[in-house]
Amino acid sequence: MANRSKISFDWDKKSIEKEEPGFDHSGKSEARNIPYTQAIYETLEQILAIDSRVFIMGQGVDDPSGMFGATLNLHKKYGSQRIFDTPLSEDALTGVAVGAALVGMRPIYMHNRPDFLLLAMDQIVNHASKWRYMFGGRSNVPIVIWAVIGRGWGSGAQHSQALQGLFMHVPGLKLVMPSTPYDAKGLLVSSVLDDDPVVFIEHRWAFKHTGYVPDKLYAIPFGKGVIRKEGGDVTIVGASYMVIEALRAAEELRTRGIEAEVIDLRTLNPLDEDIILTSLKKTGRLIIVDTGWKTAGVTAEIAAMVSEKGLNFLKKPVKRIAAPDIPTPSGYVLERKFYPGVREVVNAAVELAE
Amino acid sequence: MEKGPMINYDKNIGDIPREHLVRLYKQMLRIRKVQVRIEEEYPKDEMKTPVHLCKGQEAIPAGMCAHLDKEDYLLSNYRGHGHYLAKGGDLKSLIAELYGRETGCSRGRGGSMHLIDNSVGLLGSSSIVAGGIPIATGAALGSLLQGNKRVTMVLFGDGAVDEGVLYESINFAMLKRLPVIYVCENNLYAVCSHRSNRQPSKDIYERFDGFGISRYKADGNNVVDVYCVGRRAVEDARRGKGPSFIEFCTYRWCGHSGGGTDIELGYRTQEELDAWMERCPLKNFELFLLDRQVISGSDITCFNQAFDKEIDEAFEFARNSPFPDEAEVSKYLYSDGE
Repeated sequence: MANRSKISFDWDKKSIEKEEPGFDHSGKSEARNIPYTQAIYETLEQILAIDSRVFIMGQGVDDPSGMFGATLNLHKKYGSQRIFDTPLSEDALTGVAVGAALVGMRPIYMHNRPDFLLLAMDQIVNHASKWRYMFGGRSNVPIVIWAVIGRGWGSGAQHSQALQGLFMHVPGLKLVMPSTPYDAKGLLVSSVLDDDPVVFIEHRWAFKHTGYVPDKLYAIPFGKGVIRKEGGDVTIVGASYMVIEALRAAEELRTRGIEAEVIDLRTLNPLDEDIILTSLKKTGRLIIVDTGWKTAGVTAEIAAMVSEKGLNFLKKPVKRIAAPDIPTPSGYVLERKFYPGVREVVNAAVELAE
Repeated sequence: MEKGPMINYDKNIGDIPREHLVRLYKQMLRIRKVQVRIEEEYPKDEMKTPVHLCKGQEAIPAGMCAHLDKEDYLLSNYRGHGHYLAKGGDLKSLIAELYGRETGCSRGRGGSMHLIDNSVGLLGSSSIVAGGIPIATGAALGSLLQGNKRVTMVLFGDGAVDEGVLYESINFAMLKRLPVIYVCENNLYAVCSHRSNRQPSKDIYERFDGFGISRYKADGNNVVDVYCVGRRAVEDARRGKGPSFIEFCTYRWCGHSGGGTDIELGYRTQEELDAWMERCPLKNFELFLLDRQVISGSDITCFNQAFDKEIDEAFEFARNSPFPDEAEVSKYLYSDGE
């Protein structure tokens, strides 16, 4: 293949996750703090510079807002062949990413809303996720499908869906949901390096944060959750933006004399079962939080896993904090009612502690 | 004495070298004989996989793949045995895959509908109608980004023309001027549904006028016509002139799946099948080559014997191959899971 001589395939895979000195450092330390979207931009920019297999596609990746800033002006630096706007053909363009991956490329397909992934389910579920297995391991599909949950300000039923439960259900996909700028960078690196299809779901409210991010490239391994806050009374487990809500809840719980342990799963597939079970063994009480729907969703799956493998650790029944099984309403009051958060987590923890 | 050829091969035959004509004949003969043997063996129920045979459609893979190098890419579908063989796939691996064996091209994980041979550029085959079309488009994008001269071809039936992803793919291929060739094997049926129940247009290829893509319609039972159209499309792709769409008119002799003709099901008639069998792509070409003394009767005997032997060996290999270890049922799901 052409240009191979220019390609470096051995970029740093070393995990340096222990270097993240905390969760949110905005203005609190001398560490290198940058905004979440800047972390994504920086990651993409650095990967593009060293790996010519990587290209970025997506509706609006080269527009003036640059996908919330994540791809801003990258096309000017790396050319419109490698960073290109797409027709609104999500199914075909996902297949295009699959095909390019089959012949040695590393596509990153970016969507400014996850709702549009539903148009691509044939290529994601019937093709990308199965190609390796059904051909006996003769092929890999190293694609990254990146999308942002568009919560807030009336996004409504078709622009704010948290669809991770659907993707968690499908064997062959990997599912990533970072909560910090640090993890966003390290997990994006791992996603591009990974030989399997990765669905990478961002949450727009996590974008609001600033945090410690090393300037070099580093990788965070899949399937390895992290304890964001230690505590012995109740375990709160989740990913993405719900970790932020959980940490806020933990602060309030502390004032009530309840020490919560907050676990950030970082990836839902592979799922770090050990970190959940180990914490549960200590606390005996479990709250599972997720931005997606409750029925047959992420919280259901984790609850089922715990009932299979950790039932004896439970002192109380599991609590699940998830979106109600209805589409997202748009009106402000209803929207506020729709989204669970700090209040629900606190109430659940207080009930468990009784 | 059999009837003379009813397909006009002279119209386009031009400067095609004799050895190419012989190669085309042998390719079709080999595909036909493999299909016939599978149909014979299938009722024994040792091949526990739904087979979709391509009897009657052999001229298309033979004529099209004649222009592809090993490095060029091919995407196929569930009716892909002929595609697999014409692109250079290994016969033993094909038959072993039908028998669900570890030695199969997909290690017994794919079955008849999921054939692959990366060593000859066959990137895989999808049983989702039209599913391989965008993937082929992406392979061509990969070639463009890598700056090589590889051409990608994708084969699909007229059923795929019902699917929106075909139009999305062609739009993108034209936008980027990708080196990809879309080959429609219009055999008139999607399972039991005649094309007239699904598509209002007389011709398929005319639908793509608005895309600006080079598009052709040719007799899919005339291997010389297939060869000539294919040569033009491949040359265009190779020279950076962008994609082509080709409609080949042909006919599926077998039912949708398995052996037999489906005539008893009543969705098509014996008369229709007979008329198309008269237009047999193999027999007519054989008579033509004999008539022109390109091959002799003893050549044909010789080819048949060689293929019989090869096919015997492939079936024996498949039957004697081990099944996958059931402890490895999860193997190959993830790249880091082996």
